[in-house]
Formats: sequence, structure tokens, C-alpha cells
Amino acid sequence: MTRALLIAFAFAAAMAAGPALAVRPDEMLADPGLEARARDVGRELRCLVCRNQSIDDSDADLAHDLRVLVRERIKGGDSDDQVVAYVRSRYGDFVLLRPPFEIGTLLLWGGPLLILLLGGGALARFYRSKGETAAPPLSAEERQRLASVLGEGTEP
Amino acid sequence: MNKRGWIFLIPAAVFALLAAVFYAGLGIDTSVLPSPLIDQPAPRFALPPLPGEAQGFSSADLAGHVSLVNTFASWCTPCRAEHRVLNALAQTKRVPIYGINYKDKADAALAWIAELGNPYTRIGADDGRVGIDWGIYGVPETFIVDRDGRIRYKHVGPLTREDVERTILPLVARLER
Repeated sequence: MTRALLIAFAFAAAMAAGPALAVRPDEMLADPGLEARARDVGRELRCLVCRNQSIDDSDADLAHDLRVLVRERIKGGDSDDQVVAYVRSRYGDFVLLRPPFEIGTLLLWGGPLLILLLGGGALARFYRSKGETAAPPLSAEERQRLASVLGEGTEP
Repeated sequence: MNKRGWIFLIPAAVFALLAAVFYAGLGIDTSVLPSPLIDQPAPRFALPPLPGEAQGFSSADLAGHVSLVNTFASWCTPCRAEHRVLNALAQTKRVPIYGINYKDKADAALAWIAELGNPYTRIGADDGRVGIDWGIYGVPETFIVDRDGRIRYKHVGPLTREDVERTILPLVARLER
């Protein structure tokens, strides 16, 4: 019992740990506040060598260089936005893991909403037109036949 | 067919549109990223020379003429294939080629030049920082800088003879006019 509990606990701890950071101890800033800011910035920047990792998660050489650069600039007094802008001015929008909301990315952000509206509209139209073309009421003869058929069914 | 018959064409039309979009997408090379530096002034930098060489490479060298800036490294295999093309281009003397030796060991870089020849007017040794200023993410990358020191073109990956003949030389000629 205790053993099962221990295993469950170890598993939960492993799950909670998340992906390992590639940030090396010798890169880290001595000031924990500044280091935390560097982590916040690093999480937002894409490693352009491995493409789908942030520079904090990547072991690539370029990611290491960018982490060092981010820390230098933060230490030099740059705000987080200034650091991101610095890297973005060299590597373009693709370096941002979260694409900015602007004219060029309107379709990217608005696309899902647009498709939802189009689909919803089509669905609404479909149901409304279905109401319009409802079957005509039964004639007296049909109603009589229906009653007799149903009547037969209910009797034992 | 009743008067609403056309509605059944919609899925077919949507399919045709998506197929066209996806087919066009097949031709896009996602390994090449657009650079925000195009038409921007080249970064300012001053790189030290490789050991034993007299001069390094700095942004001042780019002033007044059209130039090619090429990043290379001895550890970069595609650079080896590209080097032949650069040697041939250097022999035409159409445009000076400047080299940024990117994150390389000095002796390895010197051995590389000794073995394969030196197409570069000047070479600067970069530990990676100047490369970031140029937006380098995969060596080899090649830039064309106009006589005002603006970056006008970027090529990612090794240059081929076709690239030189179809793109590089015509653009150099246009910028020199």
C-alpha cells in the first residue's frame, strides 16, 4: 500500500516538473529577480534552429547565445519589451512564439472566429429553411389510415 | 434538380479551394524565414581578424560599393559545397566577398582557407554576437549590401552557381547602376 502510494507520488511529481530547461547554471544571473525576468523573456522567444522550442528549452548553440544576450540586456537596464523588440528587429515576427495581433496576423487570430460565424450562419440558415419546407398536414384519409395502423399496434 | 441544387456544389468548391491552397503551400520552403533586415542599414560591427591575418572585417569596409557578405564555418558541411561557387565568383572580380567566420575555431578556419582557397576580401571572426545582429540562424547565409550600406538581399543556405547567375549577379549589376 505504502509502496503504491510512493509510486503514485513519484509519478505525480514527475508530471508536475514539466519539460527540463536548457538554461545552464553558468548562464544564470546572480539576482533572482532579474533571472526570473530573463526566464519570462526566454519563454517568449523561439529558437530558430529547432523552431518549436523556446530558447529556454533548447540546447542549440544559437539558443544559448540568445539566452546570454537576453541576460546581458536585462542586466544593462532594458525592459522586457525592449529585449524582445531587440531580438525581433533582427529575426522578425517568427522569433515570437506568440504571434502579435496586428493587420498582418488578423486572419490568423480572427480565422477561428470567422469560421465559427460562417458555420453558425450556415447552420442557422439550414434549420430555418427546414422549417419553411415542413411537410404538408395529413389529409383526412391519411389520418384515418394512421389511426388504424397505430390502433392495430397497441392492441394485444 | 430543384432550385437549391447549387448548394451541393459548395462542399466541392470548398474542397477545390483548399486543394489549391495546399498545393500552393507545397512549394513554400519553410526552412527559409523572411528577414526583417531587408532594406535596413547593415548592423554596425568590428570583427577581429583570424590569427595571423592583418585585417579584420568591420561595417566601415562595406561603405561606398556593393558587397557580398557571407557567413561560413569550418564545421558547416554545406559551406564546403558553397565554397567552390564563392571561389569562382571571386575570380570574376564582379563583387567583393566579405566573410564572417561564424562560431568557429581559429585554427580550423585557417586550415579550411588553406585547403579550399580564400575568396574573401576580408574575414572577421565572430563568436556569435555579430551573427545575431545579422539575424543569422543557419550557416551559410549570404547578404548583398548596397553602396549605402543597406542590406538588399538575403540568401539562406549554400549558394549554387544558378543562384549566382540568376539572382546574385543581376542584383549586383542593378545596384551598381
